[in-house]
Amino acid sequence: MADTTVEKADTAGPAAPTAWRGHGTARRSTHTLRLRTSAALVGVTVLAVLLVPPLVQLDQQAVDLAAKLRPPSWAHPFGTDDVGRDLLLRCVYGLRVSLLVGVVAALTATVIGTAVGATAGALGGRVDRVVMRLVDTVASVPHLLLGIFIVAMFRPGVWPVVVSVALTHWLSTARIVRAEVLSLRSRPYIDAAVSGGASRWRVAVRHLLPGVLPQAGLAAVLMIPHAMWHESALSFLGLGLPTHTASLGTLIQGARGSLLAGQWWPTLFPGLFLIIPTLAIAGLAGVWRERINPRRRSELML
Amino acid sequence: MTSLPWGAMARLTARRALLAVPVLLAVTFGAFALAAASPFDPVKAYAGTAALGADRETLDRLRENLGVDRPFTARWWEWLTSAVGGDLGHSSVMRQPVTEVIGERLVWSVLLCAVAFAVAVLLGTVLGVLAARRPGSPLDRAVTSLSYALEAAPVFWIALLAVWLFALELDVLPAGGLTDTGSEHVTAGQLLSHLVLPAGVLAVSQLPWFTLYVRQGVGDALAEDPVRGARARGLSERTVLLGHALRSGLLPVLTLIGSRVPELITGALLVETVFSWPGIAAATVEAATAVDFPLLAALTTLATAAVLAGNLLADLLYGLTDPRVKLSEM
Repeated sequence: MADTTVEKADTAGPAAPTAWRGHGTARRSTHTLRLRTSAALVGVTVLAVLLVPPLVQLDQQAVDLAAKLRPPSWAHPFGTDDVGRDLLLRCVYGLRVSLLVGVVAALTATVIGTAVGATAGALGGRVDRVVMRLVDTVASVPHLLLGIFIVAMFRPGVWPVVVSVALTHWLSTARIVRAEVLSLRSRPYIDAAVSGGASRWRVAVRHLLPGVLPQAGLAAVLMIPHAMWHESALSFLGLGLPTHTASLGTLIQGARGSLLAGQWWPTLFPGLFLIIPTLAIAGLAGVWRERINPRRRSELML
Repeated sequence: MTSLPWGAMARLTARRALLAVPVLLAVTFGAFALAAASPFDPVKAYAGTAALGADRETLDRLRENLGVDRPFTARWWEWLTSAVGGDLGHSSVMRQPVTEVIGERLVWSVLLCAVAFAVAVLLGTVLGVLAARRPGSPLDRAVTSLSYALEAAPVFWIALLAVWLFALELDVLPAGGLTDTGSEHVTAGQLLSHLVLPAGVLAVSQLPWFTLYVRQGVGDALAEDPVRGARARGLSERTVLLGHALRSGLLPVLTLIGSRVPELITGALLVETVFSWPGIAAATVEAATAVDFPLLAALTTLATAAVLAGNLLADLLYGLTDPRVKLSEM
């Protein structure tokens, strides 16, 4: 039954906003333009990180000291770093690591958040209050600081970073899912299921969870850039990934020395590789949000 | 202006202070539990390379002296009781008591954050109002897209590029630190020139959020009845914009200012590290890389307290500026 509401929102999505806003076709064209640009950028990003490593048989770690710190040119579009490695290739590999960590961490955080939020919302009462108090407590520690704490206590590496990002990012999902479950609980179809003799578990899994999945999925997609940002910040501080699995943050950190000598390209391009997927994902998520909730004005959310 | 409701404000503050106690207890307990679960061995860290050649007995004695053989709940309780007495332990990486580290460095962090925050609020308000005045205009589009791009950009990356541009290419501002190299005392002029870049970068990292919120708030307010009424009475555009739209549009922003403390701390962590600013945020990162638990635990607790204070400030502002909200009901 939850499916029908989503379907309705789907059909209402594209037409409704133009009618209310009254900006006419101009609005719609920027809308589709944004959707297409974002989708294209996300597609290019995903294809690049998936296809480049197997197709381009070049070693990103190959050191060529003769070609060190070359400015951007035709042979090396992004230039080379301080030991002569091609920066474009390094950036694609770095994006691959960052994106992978981001996606895994965002998925873990979403699963934790959905489980906690759905439990709190479905059980209600005292459990709800205790759980939400706990969420508030964790939320009162700044994210990056908590992440730093976790990574410092468990030595730097891929898994501590994933765990630290996941453990700091599930809170918002838990809040969203709980609010959604609370609003779904009073719907007639839940009453029908309960009076039909469905158990608490069945109501939660069969009737509540499908209803909150679009929201949880949206939260997960929006979390990917956050998780990437978080990971690169940790890596930049020297608390993230080891240098042989260089992420974008590690690349920026490694480029600090050559930046102070005046070479700007090893710093600039990894940062751009972080910004562009972030904006593209935010653009796509904005369209998605408009679909599941057409009444809300769609602003990009980062 | 009527006098402030001091009684209600004091009651809200007291209530929040009481609520903060269990939160801080839980946070410190969590920190000790995490440390107990971690594979990190304080004894080996204390002894350094000497631990490799030391015999079992020495290590055990050391373990006993450091008190790490007892359960973490006991250590937590001991830390807590001495913390209440003003002793937060000894920082191994700074080689001085934790309270001294905080006392020396807190003022620089507060200065940096306060300047950056003030700049971000002022500039964000101006840009937001300019953008909201004509939605869809070139200016609006430029401000909005720039805000989104800046919001997506990692702050440490902006900081590094700012160092490259202003300190290396243009050579107008120092690249980091608090004073020029070789100078013993902190003078106001030096401090000012060293503050510009870190505070500017931190302000730029906070700016998009303010700009977008003010733009949204003022834009919404411009479409509402009070503004239409003001326009119908023939008031000047300036009065309508600043006296009516901005006043009601700023309300939600003002109340959210206090809740920006976590983002400010996050930004300070990165900015202070890039610019070698001798504040507590940079000390946090140093403590983390050296696994200096007493310092890290104290700073985490301090940051949590700052976040809670920010939340309180947000609620106080909300109650004071919006007459529909009663402080006693929060």
